[in-house]
Amino acid sequence: MSARDGITNGMTDEIGNGTERRAGWAEEAVATHAGAEHLRSEEQVLERIERARRRRPRVREQRVTLAHGAGGKATQTLIEAVFVEAFRNPVLEQLEDGASVQVGDARLAFTTDSFVVSPLFFPGGDIGDLAVNGTVNDLAVCGARPLHLSAGFILEEGFPIADLRRVAASMARAAAAAGVTIVTGDTKVVRRGQADGCFVTTAGIGVRERAVTLSAGAARPGDAVIVSGPIGDHGVTVMLARGELDIEADVVSDTAPMHELAAGVLDAAGDGARVLRDATRGGVATILNEIATASQGAIVVDEAAVPVREEVNGAAELLGIDPLYVACEGRLVAVVDPSRTEAVMTALRAHPLGEGAAVIGHVGDDPPGLVLLRTAFGGTRIVDLLVGDPLPRIC
Amino acid sequence: MKFVDEFRDADTARALAARIAELCVPGRRYAFMEVCGGHTHTIYKHGLEDHLPESIRLVHGPGCPVCVLPMGRVDDAIAIAGEPDVIMTAFGDMMRVPGGDGSFFDAKAAGADIRMVYSPLDALKIARAHPDKRVVFMAIGFETTAPSTAMTVLRAAREGLENFSVFCNHVTIIPAIKAILDSPDLRLDGFLGPGHVSTVIGCRPYEFIAARHGKPLVTAGFEPLDILQSVYQLMRQLHDGRCEVENQYSRVVPWAGNRRALEVIGEVMELRPYFEWRGLGFISQSAMQVREAYARFDAERVFAVPGVRVADPKACQCGEVLKGVLEPWECKVFGTACTPETPIGTCMVSSEGACAAYYNFGRFSRSRVRAGSAGPTPLADPVVLR
Repeated sequence: MSARDGITNGMTDEIGNGTERRAGWAEEAVATHAGAEHLRSEEQVLERIERARRRRPRVREQRVTLAHGAGGKATQTLIEAVFVEAFRNPVLEQLEDGASVQVGDARLAFTTDSFVVSPLFFPGGDIGDLAVNGTVNDLAVCGARPLHLSAGFILEEGFPIADLRRVAASMARAAAAAGVTIVTGDTKVVRRGQADGCFVTTAGIGVRERAVTLSAGAARPGDAVIVSGPIGDHGVTVMLARGELDIEADVVSDTAPMHELAAGVLDAAGDGARVLRDATRGGVATILNEIATASQGAIVVDEAAVPVREEVNGAAELLGIDPLYVACEGRLVAVVDPSRTEAVMTALRAHPLGEGAAVIGHVGDDPPGLVLLRTAFGGTRIVDLLVGDPLPRIC
Repeated sequence: MKFVDEFRDADTARALAARIAELCVPGRRYAFMEVCGGHTHTIYKHGLEDHLPESIRLVHGPGCPVCVLPMGRVDDAIAIAGEPDVIMTAFGDMMRVPGGDGSFFDAKAAGADIRMVYSPLDALKIARAHPDKRVVFMAIGFETTAPSTAMTVLRAAREGLENFSVFCNHVTIIPAIKAILDSPDLRLDGFLGPGHVSTVIGCRPYEFIAARHGKPLVTAGFEPLDILQSVYQLMRQLHDGRCEVENQYSRVVPWAGNRRALEVIGEVMELRPYFEWRGLGFISQSAMQVREAYARFDAERVFAVPGVRVADPKACQCGEVLKGVLEPWECKVFGTACTPETPIGTCMVSSEGACAAYYNFGRFSRSRVRAGSAGPTPLADPVVLR
């Protein structure tokens, strides 16, 4: 099957049907950056790239694609270029998991989240407890005690009432476990084919009783970076539950309310608490990138210290995806002052959800705004925001 | 993880690195090309270059199937997907590959029925389930994936399915390596041979590289220690004054390849006279098409394919990067006009491409990091989970 001839460049005119076009978008992109001097040193090029990355993001696509919902770079670009642009205000611009607002003397946290998981029922949970825990956790990582939730349902014509009851019962159980009440709601039904069974949106408010203010920008060099347990369980469980991959693994979703866990961390950290985040869509890697960008620190992660279950690692390896990007639904990422590391670890490990907690890295000062991974193999690399979907690779 | 962690052990890597360093002749520089994109990915993902002496440079070759797909073929596929009643199916990596007017993701958002599959057999399942639709499989890849496409066509023929076809874009590795060897700017001291392709074609087809071009080649596995070991074997050959084809990946690659897989490819496909590669241009006899006998499963015969050619922007220097003449960061548009979100050239498309791997994993100053605050974390002990 080997070819005898070598390369035959420059056959453009005789080959194909003679139709040759230019890629308009590509020419435009080149023209936008034209005039850039041809830099000779790698350092200069790296600086130019960081400058380009700091520019206000632009949405190039004419339509929404699935990548816009994957939690990576495209999602961030869409949010910043469309929503932040339209709604601009100081609270929203912080882009935390929830909003911290003040009403009179009351320090509140407010958040919302929509759930479109498929399948609706999966090992370890379903769309119902996911919807409650997701909003509870967003409030918890704002440093708030979750109080009241709303629930909105978009149902597809033909969806079995028995399944709806099952979802509702699961929500009720999750709310009771988290100590919140679902106090208001909304129901809409759309024609068959216009939704995928059942979509749920929850919103929630909580009260911030501690004086601490948490934000991704507060991380500073020397701080410790902690995760509360093994990562990637939820994402891998759901991917396998879809049944498209013909892989079986003994793994269940980690969906759980983290209000107690978060409170424990905050009590142990005191004024040394800097950032708390719920590592959902986009996984731990996405959170760490947000922290690095906001704080302009370097987040340095030790790969060997990152807890990942054997089953999750195996499935991720087969699919060619990195567990660092896989969603969790009951894991928090904490950045704390190094003097509080041991106290926080003790508090985490005292709670059933935090038994597998680990210090996975620290905040450094260089290179600013990047997440570096010291690989278990002994090398160093960047952990960047994911571009597009975390799709399985073919070879 | 069993059978994986053994191939990623840092202490073994350090020991091997020391032996590689001993083989370096002071003042001499070495450049080895890893042909396969899977190797490029491993090298960056594990930070393998930190183990190599500065005098050894790894050059990232053209072996990433989605990277080398010209924009015109993407446009052709999107045109097929736009025909009435068509369901286009493709591997996940194909979804973001840009054409002249956007990617599969964009076409899907605009209304085309494009579905991700994990195997061509899944596409066949869709065809059985939708007899009223015309299901097309976007077949891409080197000899690694060609046998599964061919098997699927044979099965469709056996079942008498009439609504299934493949849009064949399979390419072959040897002509691409030849194109690089024939390039006047070639500055390579040896090759890391593609592991997965070699499970099908074996190691014999590489013998001309050592015999006629005087470059040693070691067929390498995909774990970081495989690659480090293969670099060691190349250095050993140079040190001993040998120039041979060696098989480091013998736990998977049979020297003579997989005869059955080759037969299946040969039954269904034949070489095209020429095919366009992004960044490398037209290479004769470098790709496969469906044979006449299976014409009814060939999307190029079933549909009116426009046969579009889309020119790469002039600023794009992928050809030079693929041949190792330029480092990714030396390209004029690297990281500004050309990024993983809006890849202009082939090497930025998938994480197996040289530029995307460098952008995603290696975009930092190693010298500054070594000197700075990025040392190991106090208290960060390796974890053991049950």
